[in-house]
Amino acid sequence: MPRYFTEEHEWIEVDGDTATIGITDYAQEQLGDVVFVEVPGEGTELAKGKEAAVVESVKAASDVYAPISGTVTEGNSALEEDPALVNTSPEEDGWFFKLTVADAGELEGLMNEAAYRAFCEGL
Amino acid sequence: MAKGPENRVLPSRADLSMTDTEDEFENLPAEQLPLDSWHRDHGARMVEFAGYEMPIQYEGIVAEHEWTRTRASLFDVSHMGQLMFAAADPGACAAALEALLPADLAHLKPRRVRYSMLLNETGGVLDDLMVTRLPDDSDAQFYMVVNGATKWDDIAHLREHLPDDITMTHLDDWALLALQGPEAAAALEALAPGVSDLGFMQAGSFEWAGGKASIWISRTGYSGEDGFEISIAADRVVAFADALVADERVKPAGLGARDSLRLEAGLPLYGHDLTEETDPVSAGLAFALSKSRHEAGGYMGHAACMVRLEDGGTAQRRVGLALEGRLPAREGAQVFAGDALVGTVTSGGFSPTLGHPIAMATIETEYAGNGTALELEVRGKRLPATVVPMPFVPHRYHRKGA
Repeated sequence: MPRYFTEEHEWIEVDGDTATIGITDYAQEQLGDVVFVEVPGEGTELAKGKEAAVVESVKAASDVYAPISGTVTEGNSALEEDPALVNTSPEEDGWFFKLTVADAGELEGLMNEAAYRAFCEGL
Repeated sequence: MAKGPENRVLPSRADLSMTDTEDEFENLPAEQLPLDSWHRDHGARMVEFAGYEMPIQYEGIVAEHEWTRTRASLFDVSHMGQLMFAAADPGACAAALEALLPADLAHLKPRRVRYSMLLNETGGVLDDLMVTRLPDDSDAQFYMVVNGATKWDDIAHLREHLPDDITMTHLDDWALLALQGPEAAAALEALAPGVSDLGFMQAGSFEWAGGKASIWISRTGYSGEDGFEISIAADRVVAFADALVADERVKPAGLGARDSLRLEAGLPLYGHDLTEETDPVSAGLAFALSKSRHEAGGYMGHAACMVRLEDGGTAQRRVGLALEGRLPAREGAQVFAGDALVGTVTSGGFSPTLGHPIAMATIETEYAGNGTALELEVRGKRLPATVVPMPFVPHRYHRKGA
């Protein structure tokens, strides 16, 4: 399944018309210890670039904006019990939410993994 | 993730609570402290704070927080202002400072440290600080440490109001370190023999034999743990920091852990929990108004403070709040009793020691009693919170005879 990355340090894994979204290992490293994650509920309509989730680390709250538009089908309920999954498994078990892709064209121009890792090297 | 003004990574809704006092510095390039390269070499992530580039964390805030509570952590607080005051007549120096501070400096014994503050005419807090009477054979009579973000305003205020025969010296070529935690005394004793004989809020001059340097050490700090603050010449501080962390009990810690530790310890942070709009009585800091000076007064803000003391209190109080769950309430969150808005959170975060969020808030006195059930509003949600005594985590200071 193709995985895309944004300059805002989100990953998007696309499976047919569904996408799973989370934050990258680089992002969790910058955030530090995550103590709470607020993910959108099923049915939430997300527009690209609008607030989708909030991550609270020990030091601060940070917004996660929707990298693409769509309708949320599931928030990761495991993060309620164990928000530290974002630190320990950011790109697997610590995913944030799944949505139906409204416009596959919005995926164009996003980075692949190699391009993203190179982008991070340059930061 | 969200795009910030400089497109930096992971900008925050409410950035680390300490950083907004830096607004006035944002047009100036951040300065570098004597340990700048040392921090970077030790893996620090640097942020701008109070006009300086400072380490916010090394391996992680929670790890550094827990290390401080169980072992000993080295914090660089060289951004703070270190000031010396001298007069030809030592009595004149105490009297001059007493015109601006509510402390009993005339009777402060040599090598003793007091928590005090600079007040304005209406009793508002310009800054909070530590002041020490120096030994009789010193060149100066008092040593003062003020907050980094306010030091230039403090210096201007002091210069304006102190008589011309008081010499104030800004020790801007001295670094300031804090070594905090239950193993701090043993670790520092190995470098500066005799330091473990100091009691809480005592200070003295010590010889660091390994570095052939004299250092000034106070048994004080801002973590709630036993610990020390160490003033050392800037050109010796790298070697001294190296010597400290060569001890396996000591690791460096950043501003992030410093903030979570002081919050658990119930210690107010200037610019957030204390401002010119707050006063020592409503802030729960009336102990800084020395009783021996209640009647005679003679310090700026005295009359305003006495009215608040004698009226049996103030309209608002600084309180501690314990939250349920895991979602922290940050600075600025509103406090409700039912539908009534009764206060504002002045600092808040997740307590690594307690495993739940805590906050300090200024609230109407009617709702300030311990056990009062309140609600905090965070992103449209109401979070239950209870007024609890501070400190949230007990202090473990080294009080002599205790």
